[in-house]
Amino acid sequence: MQILMQRLIETAATKPVLIFAYGNPSRGDDALGPQLLQRLAEKIGHSDLHSRVELLTDFQLQIEHTLDMENRQQVVFADASIKPEKAFSFSRLEGKKDVSYSSHAMSPESLLNLFQQLHPHDSAEVFLLAIRGYRFDLGQPLTQQAEINLEQAVDYLYQRLVFTP
Amino acid sequence: MISNLETAENPEKLKRVVIEPLTRVEGHGKVTLLLDENKQIQQARLHIVEFRGFEKFIQGRPYWELPVLVQRLCGICPVSHHLAAAKATDMLVGVKQITPTAEKIRRLMHFGQTLQSHALHFFHLSSPDLLFGYDDEVRHRNIIGVIEDYPELAKKGVLLRKYGQEVIRLTAGKRVHGTGAIPGGVNKSLNTDDRNYLQKDIKQIIEWGEDAVELIKTIYHEHPDYHRDFASIQSNSMSLVNARGEHELYQGGLRARDAQGENIFDHVDGVRYEDYLCEAVKPWSYMKFPFIQSLGQEQGWYRVGPLARINNCESLSTERAEQQRLEFMPLENGQPVHATLATHWARMIELLHCAEAIEQLLHDEDILGHDLLLKGDMQARGIGVIEAPRGTLFHHYEIDGDGVVQKANLIVSTTQNNQAINESIRQVANNYLSGHELTEPMLNQIEVAIRAYDPCLSCATHALGKMPLEIELLDADGNSLSRIRKQASGEICLGR
Repeated sequence: MQILMQRLIETAATKPVLIFAYGNPSRGDDALGPQLLQRLAEKIGHSDLHSRVELLTDFQLQIEHTLDMENRQQVVFADASIKPEKAFSFSRLEGKKDVSYSSHAMSPESLLNLFQQLHPHDSAEVFLLAIRGYRFDLGQPLTQQAEINLEQAVDYLYQRLVFTP
Repeated sequence: MISNLETAENPEKLKRVVIEPLTRVEGHGKVTLLLDENKQIQQARLHIVEFRGFEKFIQGRPYWELPVLVQRLCGICPVSHHLAAAKATDMLVGVKQITPTAEKIRRLMHFGQTLQSHALHFFHLSSPDLLFGYDDEVRHRNIIGVIEDYPELAKKGVLLRKYGQEVIRLTAGKRVHGTGAIPGGVNKSLNTDDRNYLQKDIKQIIEWGEDAVELIKTIYHEHPDYHRDFASIQSNSMSLVNARGEHELYQGGLRARDAQGENIFDHVDGVRYEDYLCEAVKPWSYMKFPFIQSLGQEQGWYRVGPLARINNCESLSTERAEQQRLEFMPLENGQPVHATLATHWARMIELLHCAEAIEQLLHDEDILGHDLLLKGDMQARGIGVIEAPRGTLFHHYEIDGDGVVQKANLIVSTTQNNQAINESIRQVANNYLSGHELTEPMLNQIEVAIRAYDPCLSCATHALGKMPLEIELLDADGNSLSRIRKQASGEICLGR
């Protein structure tokens, strides 16, 4: 089992920093995660960051994403959120057991908790970038304010990647 | 065949108990139980909470976008929508039969999707119920609990799912939002490195698939009466089969059988689905209720998905899965198996079949071919039918002369299971809850019944603005205790 796990990880997880942004690109401000990834990719281009930052996206977090987290120095989850009072919040994530008894789409805290159980010796620092969103209707573009929030979040994360060794 | 608990005689006199949201099903749903003064259940219904106007979303878009666009309908089975749309657009571009390479790449993608979807459902959504029982402590009855108590099993689930996603990644071109299937074929095949990479682990995947079948078989036989009777309903079944009557997930004819296993129709071209199936609308549900036209609404509802597929087929084309099917079918002495919880068993037989089918395809030189795409004369109407993990999936599009979608009709598998899920809920409500004090573990039994169908409620609704959603708590005297109302605009109103 260990060999298979290693082989599946080796296909992607070779860069020390992982930015994992998630959401549905067709559901209004839920696209903040995928949009952030796209704009970050444009900024990173072929710079030095390209060799040490991996960008991944999905509709939602699921248990197999623990495999993407393995052997990293840093993992940043990025998602739309209705919680931040400002344009975005960036915070270190603590693993937390999910007591909602719903394991379909996992919270980043719950995924981290799972990761820590499956890989107790892995010491990645894990952060959450929560970007304020407002409307999540199917087929709608980002709201105007979410666009502004996104720009600020992209700038912050890019600067952080550049200046954090 | 529709039970008498669908509509109570005097619902205004009953107390309403709401279970919301359903846990560990895809999307969101709501069940209402109306109790009388003696806490007897007088009415049970599954409602859909979330509206998503998918068909409106699709209208006005160019047809070539469809296989990519529709993946955004559902984050759980995007590949099924991708392939159903691709098949429909094959018809739009006038291609009746795609090239062998294109078909095998699509099949490979589809087997990968079904494998990972079934693995997610069994190991992550249902195994807590199956391993710990419905009355286990809530905080423990989830995937975290599985990892704590069965760490190797949980890891197998992760890796089975990951393997399926690797198949998708290599055939669709990306981990998510893949573009592999296009109108008239595919835009890439596998190279030898891709094939060798997937071949390395497939034997292990097959072994784990077989272990999963053995596990669910053991769980089933530990409490045979419970598994046979819980949420069991007599129903018609519909699925695709190939020309030999074998189990088929990608391309075949529609077969419908009644509860005794007699054919209602067989080898029907999916393009003619409107001649055989109808959709009823009920005022209390966003989700439609499809039925077999010749039997009428009362008698014609049916079940789709793993249990229907295993019941309907003559055989499976792969050796180990077929052996497992032969062990499964005698459960009801040669009659179709109607035990709803046997769906988990059928699902694992399919997971094993998918793993074996992937291995076969990985040894087929056609998957390395370069003849990927065909073109024909444009058509105004395109219909694609496929067996998604949860059951038969129809995509129907009509386009104008500029190739822009004017009409879209999607019949997803969960919609087709709508009546069956409601019947299972009522069976459980009637047999397990009436006359007892309601507790969370007891309520979870209803969710256990629903989860057996693996419903994906997030992509099953499509009745634009038909009605606002209202939930009301009434006591036995008909007094309103609380009310929450969701307008068609999405606005939420709280109050009494």
